[in-house]
Amino acid sequence: MSYLPYAVAAWICLVGIAGIATSRNLIHLAICLTVTQSSSYVLLLSVGYVKHGKAPIFLGTKLGTPAVDPVVQALTLTDIVVSVAVIALILALALDAHRLSGTIDPDDLADISG
Amino acid sequence: MSRRVRLLLLGPALLGLGALLAWAIAGLPAFGDYRGPYGFVLNRIVAPLRHTTNVVMGTTFDVRGIDTMGEEFILYAAVVGVTLLLRDETRSRQAERRTRRFGNDTVRLVGVGMVGGGLLIGLWLMAFGYITPGGGFQGGVIAAGAIVLLYLVGSHRDYRPFRDERFLDPLEGIGAGGYVVVGLAALASGAAFLTNLFGLGTPGMLRSGGSIPVLNWASAIAVTVAMLLLFAEFLETYVVPLEPEDAAS
Repeated sequence: MSYLPYAVAAWICLVGIAGIATSRNLIHLAICLTVTQSSSYVLLLSVGYVKHGKAPIFLGTKLGTPAVDPVVQALTLTDIVVSVAVIALILALALDAHRLSGTIDPDDLADISG
Repeated sequence: MSRRVRLLLLGPALLGLGALLAWAIAGLPAFGDYRGPYGFVLNRIVAPLRHTTNVVMGTTFDVRGIDTMGEEFILYAAVVGVTLLLRDETRSRQAERRTRRFGNDTVRLVGVGMVGGGLLIGLWLMAFGYITPGGGFQGGVIAAGAIVLLYLVGSHRDYRPFRDERFLDPLEGIGAGGYVVVGLAALASGAAFLTNLFGLGTPGMLRSGGSIPVLNWASAIAVTVAMLLLFAEFLETYVVPLEPEDAAS
């Protein structure tokens, strides 16, 4: 079972990609992209886990108590911020695409430009 | 590429990627068998050296403070991008103006309670972020979420001050620029960029961590306002434009 969290991360990543590839709606596609990206949060946090480790917060906890890696937690924070930035831009582009072509199905959009 | 071809390619591609991921995972140390060294080192040194009891925030705003500055500007760039894409004067004026107000009093009452509660939780996460779990980024998102909830349960008039760019734009500048100013202040004093200059205070108290609280509040403001600006742009373009007389009042 000790590899289960990594497998979960891989699964979330694959499911998200499948969703992106089969999507018929740009907003659905943006959400699938967020799902794919959240696999990296799971992976980062699982990589930094220390067995029986506590959260890396030393208020009332003695220094040297086993605690999980704070670096990957800080990186996950960055990851989430980037994800928010990207999804905002994609949604804005989806709205623009809808305004210009009247559709948010990626396949129909390809027809229009081609 | 037609949809059929894409779906046909998807199966083998996912299988291949899955196999590669499985191979990569097999090479990782087992879950819980973390080998460090950075996590172990930081957990030992950040609290004594920076007097922040939350090592994650000590790492975010001090050890990798420059990265966090970049992160703040990623968010800033996203807001600028959305604004440039959506801010289209001619179209905004044509949009139909709707007054919206939930008829259901229970929803409104619970919603208003959640606005207050959410704002309080957001502010608490910001203020104590470097002591207990939390921080400017997390608190900022929650506070902005609570304010946006006001739009859902209240009328658009209640929400008006939170979408006024004349008020939001300078605040965003203060948040994003404040971070850089703290870094430049260190440079001006002859130390390296973003060196922790201020007194470190007592661990576990609000006055601790030196410049970490300042950077924390700068990001809290930047994140809250960035979220509000994003929402304001979507709202302005596609739902209810802020009318000129509204903006003037």
